[in-house]
Amino acid sequence: MASVATEPTTSGHAQPAGGPPVVPEFEIVPRIGLVLAGVVLAALVVAVSINGLWALEFMHVAFGAAWTIIDLFVGLVIGPILGRMSIPSRIEFTTRFMPKMVVIMPAVVTATLVAGWQLSTKLGTNQTAYVDHSWIVASMIVVGVMGILALGLLEPANIAVLIELKKKRPNPEVIEQLMKRFIYCSGIIGALQIATLVIMTKLAS
Amino acid sequence: MNQKLPPVTQTAMVSLALIVAGGIYLSAHLPDHVPLAPAVILLILSAALMAFNLVSLAHVQGFAWDRFFAIARWAILAYAITAGLIEFVFLRNHVGGGVLVILTLSLVVYAIHVPTLVGFTVARYYNGPEA
Repeated sequence: MASVATEPTTSGHAQPAGGPPVVPEFEIVPRIGLVLAGVVLAALVVAVSINGLWALEFMHVAFGAAWTIIDLFVGLVIGPILGRMSIPSRIEFTTRFMPKMVVIMPAVVTATLVAGWQLSTKLGTNQTAYVDHSWIVASMIVVGVMGILALGLLEPANIAVLIELKKKRPNPEVIEQLMKRFIYCSGIIGALQIATLVIMTKLAS
Repeated sequence: MNQKLPPVTQTAMVSLALIVAGGIYLSAHLPDHVPLAPAVILLILSAALMAFNLVSLAHVQGFAWDRFFAIARWAILAYAITAGLIEFVFLRNHVGGGVLVILTLSLVVYAIHVPTLVGFTVARYYNGPEA
């Protein structure tokens, strides 16, 4: 990504022939996304408060499916494609894709886990007496590992790469390093999501 | 970027792994009473690693603290909200006593350490106001 080092503009226009790559104008944290995340979290509070089976199942299944699919798709499909794209295309894609991930993933993960825990408490599946309790513990371990990777590596890299791209002179080495971290980490989490699918389908059958 | 920095990311990941392990230990034994000592030890080790991270960062010469706090304060707000939601579920389910104290303190470690990590990852690549 060495060619990113020269002064990118923020005009949002196409790259001039032979000129420096263009970094489109973007918001690091999209305001509309924050509003939507707020709506999701408010719905989560309502679902937990009323402790209704349908509400909790909806929140857990819908957001759990979104979490699994996004991780698998980003890690195993988008990641390898991104690695083969041209530098300007990669920059443009990153500035449009990563701000959305900053808002979507924490909201989706929080909704899945909070609704899931409340659902398992309501159904008694988190009790030691539950017949498939070992599978529940296995799911906690898998989610724990995914959480540590996401919180410790993925989210900081996501935010740092966007802030680097906002600079007048983004450092291509930094972007390369952070994007590699993001993509490899997404790939590992995507693989762990397959384990989640195995566990959840076993519990549901 | 060539500045010598302490292993903040690695230390934070171990710290997070310790509180996650403590949480799994407690929740895997519900509703039975389990000795709290293992979870307490894991929490103390996790908090000690967080303190180590903060102290070692404080000793870094020329670290971009302005940049660090500019990012970390918003991250703290975001992670405090998620920690609050998790705490709400514990209270909603009448978790109490020593278990609640351990889980709440674990959430405090989470809500401080993750924003620290986000702020650190951004600030380590900051190279002056011209950037």
